[in-house]
Amino acid sequence: MRQIAIYGKGGIGKSTTTQNTVAGLASLGKKVMIVGCDPKADSTRLMLHAKAQATVMDLVRELGTVEDLELEDVLKVGYGDVKCVESGGPEPGVGCAGRGVITAINFLEENGAYTPDLDFVFYDVLGDVVCGGFAMPIRENKAEEIYIVCSGEMMAMYAANNIAKGILKYASSGKVRLGGLICNSRKTDKEYELIEALADKLGTQMIHFVPRDNQVQRAELRRMTVIEYSPDHPQATEYRELARKISENKMLVVPKPLTMDELEDLLMEFGIMEADDPNVGKAEGA
Amino acid sequence: MSIEIKNVEGITRESTQAMIDKALDAYPEKGRKKRAPHLAPNDQAGCSACVKSNRKTVPGVMSARGCAYAGAKGVVWGPIRDMVHVSHGPVGCGWYSWGTRRNLMTGINGVTNFAMQFTSDFQEKDIVYGGDKKLKQLLAETRELFPLAKAISVLSECPVGLIGDDINAVAKQSSADLDIPIIPCNCEGFRGVSQSLGHHISNDTIRDFVIETREYPDPIGPYDVALIGEYNIGGDAWSVKPLLEEIGLNVKAIWTGDGEIEKIAATHQVRLNIIHCYRSMNYMAKVMEEKYGIPWMELNFFGPSKIAASLRKLGEYFGEEIRQKVETVIAKYEPRMQAVIDEYRPRLEGKKVMLYVGGLRPRHTVNAYEELGMMVVGSGYEFAHGDDYERTAAEMPDATVIYDDISEYEFEQFAHELKPDLVGSGIKEKYLFQKMGIPFRQMHSWDYSGPYEGYEGFAVFARDVDMAVNSPTWSLVKSPF
Repeated sequence: MRQIAIYGKGGIGKSTTTQNTVAGLASLGKKVMIVGCDPKADSTRLMLHAKAQATVMDLVRELGTVEDLELEDVLKVGYGDVKCVESGGPEPGVGCAGRGVITAINFLEENGAYTPDLDFVFYDVLGDVVCGGFAMPIRENKAEEIYIVCSGEMMAMYAANNIAKGILKYASSGKVRLGGLICNSRKTDKEYELIEALADKLGTQMIHFVPRDNQVQRAELRRMTVIEYSPDHPQATEYRELARKISENKMLVVPKPLTMDELEDLLMEFGIMEADDPNVGKAEGA
Repeated sequence: MSIEIKNVEGITRESTQAMIDKALDAYPEKGRKKRAPHLAPNDQAGCSACVKSNRKTVPGVMSARGCAYAGAKGVVWGPIRDMVHVSHGPVGCGWYSWGTRRNLMTGINGVTNFAMQFTSDFQEKDIVYGGDKKLKQLLAETRELFPLAKAISVLSECPVGLIGDDINAVAKQSSADLDIPIIPCNCEGFRGVSQSLGHHISNDTIRDFVIETREYPDPIGPYDVALIGEYNIGGDAWSVKPLLEEIGLNVKAIWTGDGEIEKIAATHQVRLNIIHCYRSMNYMAKVMEEKYGIPWMELNFFGPSKIAASLRKLGEYFGEEIRQKVETVIAKYEPRMQAVIDEYRPRLEGKKVMLYVGGLRPRHTVNAYEELGMMVVGSGYEFAHGDDYERTAAEMPDATVIYDDISEYEFEQFAHELKPDLVGSGIKEKYLFQKMGIPFRQMHSWDYSGPYEGYEGFAVFARDVDMAVNSPTWSLVKSPF
């Protein structure tokens, strides 16, 4: 069983990419489980065609204790026989979402959700690794393989680099490795080259460049992955290709995160920032 | 096996239920509905659990329960004497749980025993930046300052679980760096409904990090046993262990009273596990049964009848050689026990007792009171499960009240009705009953006395009970209640 965690800047398309990739793996005949580690609980919507899934923490709140919870109450089967669980958690601004992730994963372990027939477990983790709870999926005996979803936008790259720092910390004491960057295209300038270069600097690879296509949006509005909604569409082929690459990926590295200066140099190298522009780094009116 | 049905004069199923209903009357509808299944008259013949248990305490009532950390530190880990136990988190949990349980230990403090207060003393910065660096440093300092400690446990307090510090990773790394077993225990207090989950988590930790990591230096003998769930409260283990040795058994390890971690780690080699406290250690007893084929036997060493029955059970199990020794030992102590009974029974005959404690005492000590002519008219546990109440049914007289996670209010109401001559419970209950003019013994820690187990313990127990019940103090107290 390979356990894989998907990280990336908030709003970059982690959940969409994860579910489309998982649908791709399922179409390759793989047995997969998705563990949504985000209080928003939208990591399995496209697989289950609904957001109504009862999350682990919802039921814990209802029942009072996690000990009274049963696995079948929270484990649902979606498209392609993919098992789906959502950790759930509090609404923004209250409580502790990170602990929700820990509670949910502990619960899954203790109740035998990780069955030997599974080929893959995917953790779809909320935007930033803001506390120890969101690093739970990459603790020992959990995900050893991480993919970062990013785009050619500066802040997405900045976030990817930050996540690489987190991976470095856990890689030094454990087995977790970076498997690659997934570029979820925003159609920025020289995006393909830029992310390839970033991947190179980090010591990893751009495992796939997912082009921007409104078909994703169309499928999503129907609560489906592109693979289910329009299996013959070129975008479905892209996700199947990403799934195949992940399935065959052997390149797992300890990342070498960049400094802020190096990251800016990279942007200049590709002409995103003008080196001779005197206003670079200065606020307007400063 | 048929049991002799015991009755208490004036107590019927109806009277007990009426008493319960009256106490519940004070609650609002919702609370009453929740508490009602936790209180019931005993069904002695049925041998089934008459109450609901192991449920979340009803908010607003005064509960005597502890937390998962208390179960891990105070019960399972704390008594192991040759380890350093680190309370990982803010200082309070470690400080207020230090030395309160009277799990006595041998050795020289700081050299061969470490009954000291170790804490990582979390500050704001440790919460914000994470405490793993501090833990790493603490472990290194501990190793340097106490090189004779055989292992270190890291017991998580609540905030560690909230900020998601990975103590397992730190423990693994430091264990390799410092060349000492370091055992991480994720026993954050907010987990579970009572201290019970702390016992379970600790048992799992022993399963994952301790058992089978050592072997006994001597060859395995036919009479090698371990004493499981015996915490040496007031020196109980020092009374029971010699007794077991006297009948020819070889006690290889005690879990965990006055315990030694390396002996605990080699327990997979024993022939039989003798369980005292089923609630806190049944998990590991079952693991050892499944994994290593070691049978387990739950025995009771409170009061001469139960002691004799327990020893005879061991005799039956181990065969002729042990059986003969058992009879010799029983014959040797019986006259002494009779002398104890002869001395105290006339002064205690007919006196009524109410118990509310944890672990095994609400059922195991019942017969010891009866040997002194007393009657237990109410009993209950803080954190028991259904299987504990099943085991309690046969011990308690029929129709007497059984209470689970009883609130201070309910307990007080029952005492008004039942008018006990002695209440045996914890420190939180002590002053309530003393102010009511009712003799009280703190029966978690044997009230600074002990041992109460074994033949030696029964003499101490009888003396203490007599001292409490017949103290002239109580005739001078005029309770306003």
